[in-house]
Amino acid sequence: MGELLFFVAGLGAVAGAIGVVAVRNPFYSVLALVSHLLCLAALFLLLRAEFVAAAQVVVYAGAVMVLYVFVVAYVGGQDEPLSPRDGRGLRALSAIFGAVLFVELCIATLGSGLQLIDTNGVAAPASFGSPEAIGTLLLTKFLVPFEVASFLLLIAAVGAVVLARRRGGLTATEEQARYSAMDILRPAYTGTMAEAVGERHSLPAGATNTQTPAEAKAEAES
Amino acid sequence: MDIGWFLAVSALIFTIGAAGVLTRRSPLVILLCLELMLNAANLALIAFARMHGNHDGQIFAIIVMVVAACEVTVGLGVIVAMHRRRLPIDVDEMQELHG
Repeated sequence: MGELLFFVAGLGAVAGAIGVVAVRNPFYSVLALVSHLLCLAALFLLLRAEFVAAAQVVVYAGAVMVLYVFVVAYVGGQDEPLSPRDGRGLRALSAIFGAVLFVELCIATLGSGLQLIDTNGVAAPASFGSPEAIGTLLLTKFLVPFEVASFLLLIAAVGAVVLARRRGGLTATEEQARYSAMDILRPAYTGTMAEAVGERHSLPAGATNTQTPAEAKAEAES
Repeated sequence: MDIGWFLAVSALIFTIGAAGVLTRRSPLVILLCLELMLNAANLALIAFARMHGNHDGQIFAIIVMVVAACEVTVGLGVIVAMHRRRLPIDVDEMQELHG
């Protein structure tokens, strides 16, 4: 039973991985990755990692892939055009590189001389991989990595908001011209909510601005 | 099943991901291939955790998943910013830092 499940899930995982690489439409690539992740979760279950498998399905195949689908739909999941530049030579070279990498990884893992590698692993207690065991370890032995990971997630969330903000960073020239009346008041695009939703910036009370938007636009264009 | 079989599947998935990073040109698909490689590493970690019968590898796999989520968030933010600036979504066209 275990062998059958392994071969079904393993073949599914490899097929999903090949689908991610081979399909030209990015949308179908994301769907192939979802099936790959589900098969991988089955493999995790075979290895008695119940909590990791559940987290894989809920967090990865659920939340992260939804993010991918949103971005593919936003950017436009058009087919990748066939460029004349990447010839058959580069493709063959990368295939050779992949084959060499596979052989090397197999030597590194299977030829490591570990005695337990040809067994089913040592006998584990019934609570192996349960949420209780993982949670206890995360809050005792691995408390510092746990907290650092949460901080890393916070930094990544803030960074993504800053990167994908509507008027963030360097913008195109015509967009700068629309807002150049306020450039004398503060550094441009340092981020107000009004900019974020794309509204015109109103001057604060008491601030004098002798430049009309038309003049500012002309100045910005010159 | 023997642990070695899981390690072989992990090596195969990692290889496919690496070949995908080399051949594809859309940054979205390159991020997906990076996910493949991280998941292959996760599978190897969990296989070794099962082999030794302790949980450290599983904790490591969970931390890898967190880091992968962070990488995806920032990477997709960069892609959205590129799209906003009307830049081509193609790594061959992004040559400003080419040297």
